[in-house]
Amino acid sequence: MTDEPRFEHPPEEAATSYLADGYSLRSWFLTTDHKRIALLYLVSITFFFLVGAGAAALIRLDLLTPQGDLLSNDGYNRAFSIHGIVMVWFFLIPAIPNVLGNFLVPIMIGARDLAFPRLNLLSWYIYILSGLLTLYVVVGGGVDTGWTFYTPLSSVYANGAVVATIVAVFISGFSTILTGLNFIVTIHKLRAPGMTWSRLPLFIWSHYAVSIIFVLATPVLAITLLLVAAERLIGIGVFDPRLGGDPLLFQHLFWFYSHPAVYIMVLPALGVVSELITAAAHKRIFGYWFVAFASIAIAVIGFMVWGHHMFVSGQSVYASAVFSFLSIAVAVPSAIKVYNWTVTLYKADIAIDAPLLFALGFIGLFVAGGLTGLMLAMLAIDVHVTDTYFVVAHFHYIMVGGSVTAFFGGLHFWWPKITGRLYNETLARIAAILILIGFNITFFPQFMLGYEGMPRRYHVYPPEFQVLHVISSMGAALLAIGYAMPAVYLIWSLLPGGRRAPANPWGASGLEWTTSSPPPQHNFIGQPVVVRQPYDYPLAHPVSRDDG
Amino acid sequence: MSGTVRLLLAWAALMALLALTLGAAFLPLGPAKPWIAFAIATAKAALVLWFFMEMRSERGLARLAMLAGFVWLAILFALTATDYLTRAWMT
Ligand code: HEM
Ligand SMILES: [Cu+2]
Repeated sequence: MTDEPRFEHPPEEAATSYLADGYSLRSWFLTTDHKRIALLYLVSITFFFLVGAGAAALIRLDLLTPQGDLLSNDGYNRAFSIHGIVMVWFFLIPAIPNVLGNFLVPIMIGARDLAFPRLNLLSWYIYILSGLLTLYVVVGGGVDTGWTFYTPLSSVYANGAVVATIVAVFISGFSTILTGLNFIVTIHKLRAPGMTWSRLPLFIWSHYAVSIIFVLATPVLAITLLLVAAERLIGIGVFDPRLGGDPLLFQHLFWFYSHPAVYIMVLPALGVVSELITAAAHKRIFGYWFVAFASIAIAVIGFMVWGHHMFVSGQSVYASAVFSFLSIAVAVPSAIKVYNWTVTLYKADIAIDAPLLFALGFIGLFVAGGLTGLMLAMLAIDVHVTDTYFVVAHFHYIMVGGSVTAFFGGLHFWWPKITGRLYNETLARIAAILILIGFNITFFPQFMLGYEGMPRRYHVYPPEFQVLHVISSMGAALLAIGYAMPAVYLIWSLLPGGRRAPANPWGASGLEWTTSSPPPQHNFIGQPVVVRQPYDYPLAHPVSRDDG
Repeated sequence: MSGTVRLLLAWAALMALLALTLGAAFLPLGPAKPWIAFAIATAKAALVLWFFMEMRSERGLARLAMLAGFVWLAILFALTATDYLTRAWMT
């Protein structure tokens, strides 16, 4: 490293990297190294991404024709249910926290590992157990409740492996809770000397916020799903009016979890983007505390808006008015972040590398998703477009356009750190642009479809909708190519002879760039001591990417 | 009192409350019935928190974390109540 020491810590000596520290299966499957566990997660979430993508491919192929020629009605229901369940709980929720977060949280705060390394490994095993059960559901009858498990469909009428699915999601929740617990304790207890709260990277703030949601929301989902299973199996009346229950109670409980869960999926993405933007702009983030506390505000207020999913459910209109107001309020902290990123980029000396392209794509798509969220929070508009493709487009803009794009951006940004290799930058830029274009061709037509009245979760539709559906399916093919590209050049970079990454290929600030790529077994040699503010650009001697 | 004895006593109290729940279920208590059940359940939860989850010996951050749980429960109940308590106004 040619950089002046940004942080006062002993000079780098040659140390075994965490990757070279044992090659046996045992050294991976019984590891307690957070970096190796992050890679275990990376491989497993990629696998589940492929499962979810397979279901999506079936859905988009089926929707090419108005009669739904490819799948039966039941088959279609099963396809979108598995798609949603796998993508939400087995890909998107663990994606950023358990891969990038696992790898980076200890390094960014100057710790040797997470506070509970064995618990971290247990999280992964629990996740795998629940994932295997979900795979059993896929082959053993499927499930047709949608990812939302609404009663009385799920508790009385649905066929298929409903209880097995519920148990799978229930189990996966424990993995999530343990991860949240681990992050909270780590951030409180294991910060390096000098790493005060005001010096925490924004990635850490957003992971702190998301951990709060993990711990406080997930138990509610667990108990709610258990109650559905109890009603379905032994007829305990909780949601079924004939047994003295209330079906809307399910929706209250489910969305008390699931609206915060949508923020689970986006908060870590916001943290990633803050890092990518500042690194590309080589500037201190504009309004550090606003961005940091916006994450906390989103986590807290996000718990108070769930009723916006129930505007047409028969919920009291007075409740709807309250939830509508609160939903509009929750958009404010997100808007603050977008504003501050933009100002950070203003007049900056910007390095247009692939991570920045992903980050810019994220901002555009997140704004589109967020603004349509605001539209949906208006009672009158929501009555018109609820349960249509407008809603489908809204949440895909946030969850896929936003979170998945940020995940890819983060993966590209930290890939050199994680693997010690550089990938082909030109291909990466092409992939970033292809993903942005493919995404919009896939999902923008869905706003139009929904506004015109195409309901979600139907595969037979009036012929006048076919043109837009065909455009959407073609976009999905393009998007698939965009997603497949990184798989190729990233794996390619790992082959013998791949270009080695220097410690700080982007000239970025942050503790993770002061250690070698890939980091040694305990992240740093000696204990780092932090003496600078976060994002204290310009660095004294910025290191360029060609430096290695 | 040794720790083990204390835990055993707490456990005995829990069992007594369980018997009370069961008994109350068969008594003709009318509209008070659910409230009595809730009260007993709250007492049980408090015992678990205080003794088994060791809140009695925790301070500061750990107690704050416990408090957060209750605040969030209050959010759940309060905003759900905005629906259930105002439904009758609609007609
Ligand atoms: C920022 C991250 C967000 C994510 C990940 C997200 C995700 C979602 C998801 C998954 C759904 C559909 C649930 C379903 O019915 O299956 C949804 C619906 C909805 N979202 Fe968002 N959303 C986000 C932001 C917002 C914001 C900021 C608002 C409002 C200010 C909002 C308002 C709504 C409304 C009102 C609905 C219900 C529409 C309906 O069912 O009629 N969303 N969102
Ligand atoms: Cu919501």
